Amino acid sequence: MSLKRREFFKLAALSSAALATNSAFATDDGEVLDCRATYGVLVDTVVCIGCRKCEWACNNQHSLSTEPITAFEDKSVFETHRRPHSKAYTVVNQYSDPATSKAYTMKVQCMHCNEPACVSACIVGALNKANNGPVVYEAWKCIGCRYCMVACPFQIPAYEYDNALNPQVRKCTFCIERHLDEGNRPACVSICPNEALTFGTRQELIDLGHTRIRMQPDRYEDHVYGETEIGGTSWMYLAAADFKNTELPTLPDDAIPQHTETIQHGIFKSFVPPLALYGFLGLVMHSLRKTDNGQEDQ
Amino acid sequence: MAHHHEVPVPIKAPYFTSGTKVLFAIMLAGLAVFVYRFIAGLGAVTNLDDQYPWGIWIAIDVASGVALAAGGFTTAALADIFHKEKYHVIVRPALLTALLGYTFVAIGVLTDLGRYYNMWHVALPGFWQGNSVLFEVGMCVMIYLTVLYIEFLPIVVERFKGKVNLPGILGGFNKLIESFLSIADKTLGRFVSLFIIAGVVLSCLHQSSLGTLMVIVPSKLHPLWYTPISPLLFLLSAISVGFPMVIFESILASRSFKLKPELSVLSSIARYTPVLLGIYFALKIGDITLRNAWPYVSEMSTQSIMWLVEIVGGVLLPILILASHRLRNTVGGLFTAASLVVFGVALNRINVFLIAYKPLYATKTYFPSFMEILVTAGFICALVLLYRAFVMVFPVITVPVDENGNHIKHDDRINVSNFSRAE
Ligand code: SF4
Ligand code: SF4
Ligand code: SF4
Repeated sequence: MSLKRREFFKLAALSSAALATNSAFATDDGEVLDCRATYGVLVDTVVCIGCRKCEWACNNQHSLSTEPITAFEDKSVFETHRRPHSKAYTVVNQYSDPATSKAYTMKVQCMHCNEPACVSACIVGALNKANNGPVVYEAWKCIGCRYCMVACPFQIPAYEYDNALNPQVRKCTFCIERHLDEGNRPACVSICPNEALTFGTRQELIDLGHTRIRMQPDRYEDHVYGETEIGGTSWMYLAAADFKNTELPTLPDDAIPQHTETIQHGIFKSFVPPLALYGFLGLVMHSLRKTDNGQEDQ
Repeated sequence: MAHHHEVPVPIKAPYFTSGTKVLFAIMLAGLAVFVYRFIAGLGAVTNLDDQYPWGIWIAIDVASGVALAAGGFTTAALADIFHKEKYHVIVRPALLTALLGYTFVAIGVLTDLGRYYNMWHVALPGFWQGNSVLFEVGMCVMIYLTVLYIEFLPIVVERFKGKVNLPGILGGFNKLIESFLSIADKTLGRFVSLFIIAGVVLSCLHQSSLGTLMVIVPSKLHPLWYTPISPLLFLLSAISVGFPMVIFESILASRSFKLKPELSVLSSIARYTPVLLGIYFALKIGDITLRNAWPYVSEMSTQSIMWLVEIVGGVLLPILILASHRLRNTVGGLFTAASLVVFGVALNRINVFLIAYKPLYATKTYFPSFMEILVTAGFICALVLLYRAFVMVFPVITVPVDENGNHIKHDDRINVSNFSRAE
């Protein structure tokens, strides 16, 4: 995107000033969760061996398929690029680094963003950022508008299009149902045979990531993906090569909700602009009533 | 004044013509798919998937629908708030279009919602999510729809007060309805202006919020349309399309009912359009320039071509036509220009919501399924058919009437006088 961050907010302010509107229902929380202590996972793609056991564990944890774990040894799936969908919250893809043409594998799932676009988008609050990190979905609230899917910069939420009566938005739950606070790790992390996945607090993981990069600078690209991208994410990645060539999109550092919420909250708050417009129009209506008796301009 | 003998009356005409029969057939086909969608689910009828969560039901039925119903609030503002009395003849048709338009927007949303039975959550404070742009759009549209029905009530009262005569067992309700109508009649006059202003405010709010919806996808929207001033552009284009839409349907309605088009009023109202569109155009150009997005205009992709069609066909051309005094005073010129604006604004909404949207891992491009198109076509036909029914039942369209209250057909009075010049 050619638009610079500063220009964006200048234009946004202009736009909301010109409209002096859109604040009607905006809340004024403005509180951003301090995410250093929230849980996260560091995915080290340099260590990942592409065994796809995490896929199986995730499916198993969420009763998504009954396929035996041996079925996941099939490496032919790497021939096609796959995305998470309503029956698989995580998938492993294989890429090759164009520089060294070495193959490497990477697991993808919901990033559990610090300031999630999906949460900001959801019309009824069916998606929420839990205090300990996971972005959780409550189907009973959801109206199925799929705005969360439109909004997610990682194209993660999937939808059960074939379910006519009870379709749900589906994505990685961070295994919140396994009670992370009691020391349990997500299913995929638990099963990983090569410790490519590390569970911990976000700050620990950022430190760990940078330590690994420092210790082996020729094995790692100097970048912890997710540390700052889009305001930071709970799941973060290390890789051997530039992330441009991976699944993960190149994204700016500003959190997406700021784009819309700056406009929506506008520079005016708490119903003032709509009421002002109402008053102004009322005044116009009243004051023109007497003077005008049908004699027109022309 | 000149038109004592011009009043809104129910139009007398045969309801079924060969044209309406075709519309009926399409509507029924659309209805069949509509029902099927609720039995079989979204996947069975649409080409939507995880890459493209939104299709034409959102882009056309909802986004374009809301924009094209803008005639309701723009004419209300002009005639009722700014007291330009001569435009009163177009307020009722515009109100009716808005009423039906928004009703179908609501049904369109319902069709698209996967969990439609939870739709009421939006109205419940416990579920309110103030950061969601969609929430603001939804709220405003819901309240505005209610306001539109209230604004229409006086027309119902005017038509039926003292004339309620339901047949058979329904006759028992006659008294009740009659007393409801007379209460409405007594109270509405005093309060209707409050609702009119509310309607204008609510429209400004949600028309602009609709433009904020896609501001949440900075990395997925084509730079030609991704701009933080999108809400302002949406509001301005909605205001610009208000009068052209009124002109468009007024000319169509007079064709269909063999009435003489209200040329003087229509061309007079059309004067505002080049000005409004001009401001919109200037903002569009300024925005593209500020964001250094001109290279995208010449990239010759689907997006750049669609952008050019939108701007040249939907904005520049109608400005040129309507700026010409001579063309503005012909039915042909007016109709062409109005259709172009309507087309341009609808295309803009389709562009923003569909053409400009690029999934990260696109493996295909979305094209609506035949059934999706049928539902949309069915809604449009139903809207036209309902409009026709409403103007035949309620006093909406202003026509010249003779002493017996029968309206004079275009053909009958073609020699009587040249109305447009009689002003
Ligand atoms: S990755 Fe997408 S779905 Fe997951 S939290 Fe972020 S915005 Fe939401
Ligand atoms: S589909 Fe459900 S979870 Fe997603 S934004 Fe809509 S209501 Fe919220
Ligand atoms: S955290 Fe749980 S839900 Fe998410 S990918 Fe791992 S196993 Fe699946």
